[in-house]
Amino acid sequence: MSPTLTDASPVVADPKIDHKDSLAALEGTRSTADTFGIPLAVLAEVTHRCPLQCPYCSNPVELDRAGSELTTEEWKKVLTELAEIGVLQIHFSGGEPTARKDLVELVQQATDVGLYSNLITSAVLLTREKLAALADAGLCHVQISFQGNEPVVADRVAGFKGHAKKLEVARWTRELELPLTVNAVMHRQNLHQLPDIIQMAVDLDADRLEVANVQYYGWALKNRAALMPTLEQIEETSRIVEEAQVRLKGILAIDYVVPDYYALRPKKCMGGWGRQFFNISPAGKILPCHAAESITGLEFESVRSNHSIAWIWQNSEAFNRYRGTGWMPEPCRSCEFKEVDFGGCRCQAFALTGDAANTDPACTLSPHHERIFKVAAEEAAGNHNRFIYRNFAGGTLEPSDDGA
Amino acid sequence: MATGRNISVSEASRPKLPRHTRLKFDETRQVWVILAPERVLAPDEIAVEVLHLCDGVRSVAEMVDQLAAKYAAPRDAIATDVVAMLQDLADKGFLTEAREKTS
Repeated sequence: MSPTLTDASPVVADPKIDHKDSLAALEGTRSTADTFGIPLAVLAEVTHRCPLQCPYCSNPVELDRAGSELTTEEWKKVLTELAEIGVLQIHFSGGEPTARKDLVELVQQATDVGLYSNLITSAVLLTREKLAALADAGLCHVQISFQGNEPVVADRVAGFKGHAKKLEVARWTRELELPLTVNAVMHRQNLHQLPDIIQMAVDLDADRLEVANVQYYGWALKNRAALMPTLEQIEETSRIVEEAQVRLKGILAIDYVVPDYYALRPKKCMGGWGRQFFNISPAGKILPCHAAESITGLEFESVRSNHSIAWIWQNSEAFNRYRGTGWMPEPCRSCEFKEVDFGGCRCQAFALTGDAANTDPACTLSPHHERIFKVAAEEAAGNHNRFIYRNFAGGTLEPSDDGA
Repeated sequence: MATGRNISVSEASRPKLPRHTRLKFDETRQVWVILAPERVLAPDEIAVEVLHLCDGVRSVAEMVDQLAAKYAAPRDAIATDVVAMLQDLADKGFLTEAREKTS
């Protein structure tokens, strides 16, 4: 009676996108790329509204307006349907999910239909009472994003004075005996704080720390010159994380996402398009990843359509377009790694080459790799540090020191 | 620390699942799963049986007695296996201990 636990599939250690995440998937019994079980976990982006303006936000540049958001009743119906078709975990994300006044009701609904719920939050809108109400409604886990380890850098990156409040909410989270994950998105202008961020996570009694390097599409691509780290910074980061993972074993679990610009092989984005993940946008669209709407020319079905969620997952054109390996052109088609990384990230391929079907330029086999890597390295070594803040107006350039 | 992570399991322990860990039968896939932050795990049959006994009231010693009787197996062997299994779960953060009332 020895092996007591097997990860339901290899727990997916895929690169994570910003503070959003990939999820372990129960896919051990699935052998071919022809069958796609319902994902174990779904990301519900309940709103794009957010008081923060992080320049690497993973939301699309075209944000869903408040008026287009699914209603409380629509979200509750979605949660029920998700549970019925076999989804086990729901991540409430955004935007800032607590910007929705009905979040407690949605968490309660998730609990009532048997979903394990996770809140991915900036924390700045929470009160202790609200957090306690969420806990009482059955919330299982809280993830709080941090932009640095102290307010000068953190509040500048967020475009919002929120760092102190985040620390306070993290403490409440542990007082309420909820497990805490600290999410830290790293880039050139905060990587020097990584050792202090790790210590901050320990001091906050977090269970997990996600150290995720920025992934460059959408808002982050607009801000690439201000965010791209140097290769030396990345190597130092990897050393710091590996040392901390050993030193803090049993105290703090650290998940690490490297930036794929400096990788030789592309990430297995989302575990492969339409294989083990979907998310639901504020307006109810079912998407293969939260950046998918950046790919023009793809039509995404909505929960407001006449189709069931399961039908959309299994049959919709957008999900089937890049599923498996049949759609691949060269160099992916004849590549021995095509079932390993599925050609990388479709959104990145689209953003950098204009065609989502191209090999992700993060791959050294992409004909675009050299050129893009060179540009990124130049940007990293450059001096462009002003952010374009994320907002509904399409972005606002950070004022310069001299007020320009 | 609020919930005491990484407990050391002995026969005197009265383990239970922490609130962020749920044992659930997945009707769609017809398997028992443990739901935890960012993870879904599939415990084997014996682990499921033992986990059902982890209610924060029963001691490990009582669980062992129960299993030894049920399977007509030597108590020592069962005890060794159960403690090892529970320690493995505890090390992964999926098991905690009922706290003593200190008032």
